Amino acid sequence: MAAVLFYLFATIMIASAGVVIFARNPVHSVLFLILAFCNGAGLFLLAGAEFLAMILIVVYVGAVAVLFLFVVMMLDVDFAELKQGFIKYLPVGAGVGIVVLAELGLMAIGWRAAPSAADAVSDPIIAQMSNTAALGQVLYTKYVIFFQASALVLLTAMIGAIVLTLHHKPNVKRQKIEEQNARTRDNVIEIKKVPFRTGV
Amino acid sequence: MLTIGLTHYLVVAAILFTLGVAGIILNRKNIIVILMSVELILLAVNLNFVAFSQSLADLTGQVFALFVLTVAAAEAAIGLAILVAFYRNRGTIAVEDINSLKG
Repeated sequence: MAAVLFYLFATIMIASAGVVIFARNPVHSVLFLILAFCNGAGLFLLAGAEFLAMILIVVYVGAVAVLFLFVVMMLDVDFAELKQGFIKYLPVGAGVGIVVLAELGLMAIGWRAAPSAADAVSDPIIAQMSNTAALGQVLYTKYVIFFQASALVLLTAMIGAIVLTLHHKPNVKRQKIEEQNARTRDNVIEIKKVPFRTGV
Repeated sequence: MLTIGLTHYLVVAAILFTLGVAGIILNRKNIIVILMSVELILLAVNLNFVAFSQSLADLTGQVFALFVLTVAAAEAAIGLAILVAFYRNRGTIAVEDINSLKG
């Protein structure tokens, strides 16, 4: 059963990754990226990483892929023009792809673990504990510095994204709170003595 | 064939990584698809981490994959923000037009 699921998830993931890079319309690319991430989450589940699978769904499908979709739909770009040259780069891309795949394939099939690898295990997986609890137990104790550092990375990314995309249009009337607060009775109210029957 | 071991995961991750690298080269003009290919590469890396974590019964791989995920999310946010800012200023996102640094 696990083998059938593995082949199903792996096949769909690789096929949709292929569609991501070959699709003409970037919206289709984003949608198939979502499919690839969902199947990647399935593979994570099969490997026993339940928490990471859920995080992959929440963070990638829920946030990153939707962000991509927003940007693709927001920018009014002629994507057919960007697709030109695809044929020109096809030999180079295929050549590099075959070389990388051959090297990685040789590594994946021919590698052997060092005899001391089993002794180097630092956080053994305990079968009685759920994956989320076990991750939390090491993440908040042993790796707390790295956890805080990754929070800092996210904060920097958030501030950076806001700074990059925020811009003030000129000629727009805005509320100026400091000017409003600085107003006093003396400099805004003018009392005029109007003579009787003559007007101002 | 029917027992799924580490090698199966490694081969799948290798194919996914290759597709990501090929996608960067094939879509050299479209920076959005390049960013998506980078995401695919990072997914392949995470798959390797998780597979080794399961194979060695060591949780460290999953912790590292979590941090890779964090950095990838930050990278996507910043990259797309730069893209939007660039499009607003120049009206194009074609990679060959991004040459103001004269590199």
